[in-house]
Amino acid sequence: MKSRIAIAIATVALLGTAGFFLLAWRPAIAPIEPPPRSSFSTESIARGEVLAAQAHCGSCHTRPGGERFAGGYGVQTPFGVIYGTNITPDPETGIGDWSLEAFERAMREGVSRGGSHLFPAFPYWAYTKLADDDLEALYAYLMTQPPVRGTGRKNELPFPLDVSALQAGWKLLFFRSGRFEPDPAKSVEWNRGAYLAEAVGDCSGCHSPRNALGGARRGHAYDGALIDGWIAPALNDRNPAVVPWSEEELFTYLRTGVTPLHGAIGATMTPVIRDGLALPIVPDSDVAALSLYFSEMANASARTAGVEAATQRAMATSSLGIVQQYDPDADLYAGACMSCHFNAGPAPLAARPELALNSALTLSEPTNFIQVVLRGIGANDGAPGLVMPAYASLGDREIARLAAYVRRTRTDLPPWSDLEAKVAAIRRDVAAAH
Amino acid sequence: MTKFTLNGRTVSVQSPADAPLLWVIRDELRLTGTKFGCGIGFCGACTVHVEGRATRSCITPLVAVAGANVTTIEGLHPEGRHPLQEAWLELQVPQCGYCQPGQIMQAATLLKDYPDPSDRDIDAVMAGNVCRCMTYPRIRKAIKLASARMRGGEASDPPA
Repeated sequence: MKSRIAIAIATVALLGTAGFFLLAWRPAIAPIEPPPRSSFSTESIARGEVLAAQAHCGSCHTRPGGERFAGGYGVQTPFGVIYGTNITPDPETGIGDWSLEAFERAMREGVSRGGSHLFPAFPYWAYTKLADDDLEALYAYLMTQPPVRGTGRKNELPFPLDVSALQAGWKLLFFRSGRFEPDPAKSVEWNRGAYLAEAVGDCSGCHSPRNALGGARRGHAYDGALIDGWIAPALNDRNPAVVPWSEEELFTYLRTGVTPLHGAIGATMTPVIRDGLALPIVPDSDVAALSLYFSEMANASARTAGVEAATQRAMATSSLGIVQQYDPDADLYAGACMSCHFNAGPAPLAARPELALNSALTLSEPTNFIQVVLRGIGANDGAPGLVMPAYASLGDREIARLAAYVRRTRTDLPPWSDLEAKVAAIRRDVAAAH
Repeated sequence: MTKFTLNGRTVSVQSPADAPLLWVIRDELRLTGTKFGCGIGFCGACTVHVEGRATRSCITPLVAVAGANVTTIEGLHPEGRHPLQEAWLELQVPQCGYCQPGQIMQAATLLKDYPDPSDRDIDAVMAGNVCRCMTYPRIRKAIKLASARMRGGEASDPPA
């Protein structure tokens, strides 16, 4: 009897596994000769260029300092490092032999030309929402870029996560295909913003938290999340900014990478702006639509009354630290931070990011503050023209003291906990990344 | 190899990407006007401009200025006659002089942001530039002299 049960269980398991792999199996799509430029219209290529900027494809598909779209950027995930692939039209190492059909299947279903399932670090769950002509334009643009030979890097995922067929299971759990559906109750501009955010730019890819399996946490869209060691702040009404993100502030931020009342971009937001929304080919109207969409999501219009008062409060703290009597924490601040971050008022300057208005100080964790102090900001990171030296030569204890000091003097929020240990942990991550 | 623009001239340097910009400027490019002080970004002697803004070069890695415009005290004005430099000479600000290139570079950014700075503004923005000889009163005076002349339209900051 026992052996019969065992056989039955084994059979079911075997059938289940076989069934799963049958379900997971996708055929290869026949390779093609790389299509000539003449097979695409100039308009389509130009439109694809704008979309590729708005979708900031280079964020993952361009290695820092590497050739454009040739792959190699390592996305740090809780499961391991996943490297962006080569999406130049090189037939052997890129997508040169991909037909439009193969490209569309990858974009909309997350399956490569050869039939293997792509990891959901690639946001096909956003691109499934793209309009057909936008998808074709992206294909036209990518297929007419210079081909770059590059084998890319192997993902660093432990077994069995590296089995791509298992991704079919992830899709069953978390992936819903379907085109973008405009909300008829909203304006055309809002819907344009929603389309750009949800189908093209995949803003939630960084700004929404994920569950233990890497799927979007239901009911927590845009609550903010940890991405590559930095906090991508909440973009909904839980946004930690002191001054609300009005449409005007968002427009300036997305267009230039910095505003006087919010500070500057950093980390993974850099390519989104500098290789994307700040480019002249991206129309103002699209940046305005995104600004409207997120300003409404953050419920900014309900908070505009407090802007003046918040700015004045911030200005009142800006000169704290000009040392009159001996205060070792203020002394640290004056020595390291004040020459660049002091603002004379009445309003802060964009080139002097005002700490009292910066979400690095108001987030519930000191992550972004510690990251920027340890790494600094290079000329190719953050907002153009704003460089910050790296204060990694300070000890964990000094950085912890600085963090506690600015939090205490520039916000009304409770102190951050375990600062020294957090500095040490982030320092280890920064060192490992080099 | 890293490329950037130093005092208006494109340079290619061999130093490793994480080498402090100060070492590259002094040891590889042989411009010694910029000084080494504390080495941890707390004294201001190494202050240069990156993209036209004061930055501590001793803790700025070379990679952070790839493709950027860097200006040292030698390049602040083609003939060394920036209004701040003239005011410094006129008021005989330096004593030993070691920190003064950094002081002047920091003051140039101060006047760019606040053309008519108050004492408090000067104290705040110059707080990270220390002077062992205690020339602070003369530094403050020279900044105000340069500020007055620059606002009078006598001279302006050269292109970065």
